[in-house]
Amino acid sequence: MNDQEVKATIFKLLHKIAPDIDPEELEMNDNIREVFGIDSFDFLQFIIGLDEKFGVTTPEDDYGKITTLNALISYIKSAK
Amino acid sequence: MIEFKMPSLGADMEDGTLVEWRVKSGEAVKRGDIIADVDTQKGLIEIEVFEEGTVDRLVVKEGEKVPVGTVMATIIPIGALESSRKESVQVKAVSEVKQKAKTQITTEPAKQPLKEGSIVSHKHLKISPLAKRMAVEKGIDLTTIKGSGPEGSIVKKDIELAAKTKEESHMEASEEKKEIASRGIRDAIAMAMSRSNREIPHFYLETRIDISKALEWLKETNKERELKDRLLSVVLLIKATARAIKEVPVVNAYWENGLQLKDVINIGFAVSLRKGGVVIPAIHDADQKSPAELMTLLKDLIPRARALKLRSSELSESTITLTNVGEGNVDKVFGVIYPPQVAIIGFGNIVEEAWAENGAISARPVIHVTLAADHRAIDGYLAGRFLTALKHHLQNPETL
Repeated sequence: MNDQEVKATIFKLLHKIAPDIDPEELEMNDNIREVFGIDSFDFLQFIIGLDEKFGVTTPEDDYGKITTLNALISYIKSAK
Repeated sequence: MIEFKMPSLGADMEDGTLVEWRVKSGEAVKRGDIIADVDTQKGLIEIEVFEEGTVDRLVVKEGEKVPVGTVMATIIPIGALESSRKESVQVKAVSEVKQKAKTQITTEPAKQPLKEGSIVSHKHLKISPLAKRMAVEKGIDLTTIKGSGPEGSIVKKDIELAAKTKEESHMEASEEKKEIASRGIRDAIAMAMSRSNREIPHFYLETRIDISKALEWLKETNKERELKDRLLSVVLLIKATARAIKEVPVVNAYWENGLQLKDVINIGFAVSLRKGGVVIPAIHDADQKSPAELMTLLKDLIPRARALKLRSSELSESTITLTNVGEGNVDKVFGVIYPPQVAIIGFGNIVEEAWAENGAISARPVIHVTLAADHRAIDGYLAGRFLTALKHHLQNPETL
């Protein structure tokens, strides 16, 4: 899976937890939760989605490592 | 005969529009069954019935807007139907015939997309067997389709196109409905909050709580849990609030012609909508649920609240409100009480702060908790006791 495919899947997951946002507005280094106002409940659903789509189980201690799109893509690729 | 009336889903509701009946005349209903969808200012609400019996007559028609208290349907109580059957053999026979007819009605699927008969009646239409089957499955009216197959026959792709168009128009209608609901929510909030500010003499208290033990407990618990079963700190906030209410019950009350203490603890949990607006579904009997049960409940409740698809009991039975709107944003939240309740608890963001204890200073994760209380119902002493109890429970998470 290349970066674009990973990004597209992340966008689908974001759209699923927050249907009224447009993930395309997100810059690579934006803080995802801040830009879209994603609370801890939505974020947990997102983490569950990452596990389902990529088989990546994110420990709570790593939440701080996946704040931006850039960081998230690197994290997923290194964890797979 | 029981009269089922348009319920009031809060002090701010005046009327509702019946969108769809979920039951038919003759159908048996029991307590908690959803019998109708009603459009209100707070979205499309599933209306539950609180009696057991058989639906007699559906009085209000779908699409009709009626004031709160209007009789929407009549229900024959369960005992009444049985006793009427015992009257005489003749009556019994008639009753059985009626009952049979009613059973036939109830065995029909609630939403049959297209009856088989309607295809038979369009025998002149040329349609492939596959397309015919698909039309039934997708609920497509064949008379509205122009076939693109040989000699104008309807084929698979015609049905697919029709299904897509139908879905798109449905989505547009649903979007439009959401817009209208969103405007309704604004009006409902405006009405309730204006009344609150006009009638309720608010006073506010604040305390800050060292939440390091609770976060540590959560971390350890979550390590043992599967990802999908992880708990969030909010369930501890809810549970600790419920426990504190048990100790200081005066905060869990309505002010309606005087103070009315509530014997159930239904915590209204404020759910913010991204485009503005807030809905407050009730977490029933929060004191009797474990943190894990509260988490399971929130997973069901929050998405439905955001989609404005709640049940009548969830909108009308809160006895106190909890807002966690501070999470991720602000340190302190001072709420406006939702009448006729007498208190609202506000949790801010969890932040790291300097904490002085036993003559030493260290950095601790801290949460600021506020209580806005109705001074007609509560005084400063008991309000302070409530926050102290809340602090105690949050600092002993293993007992929650």
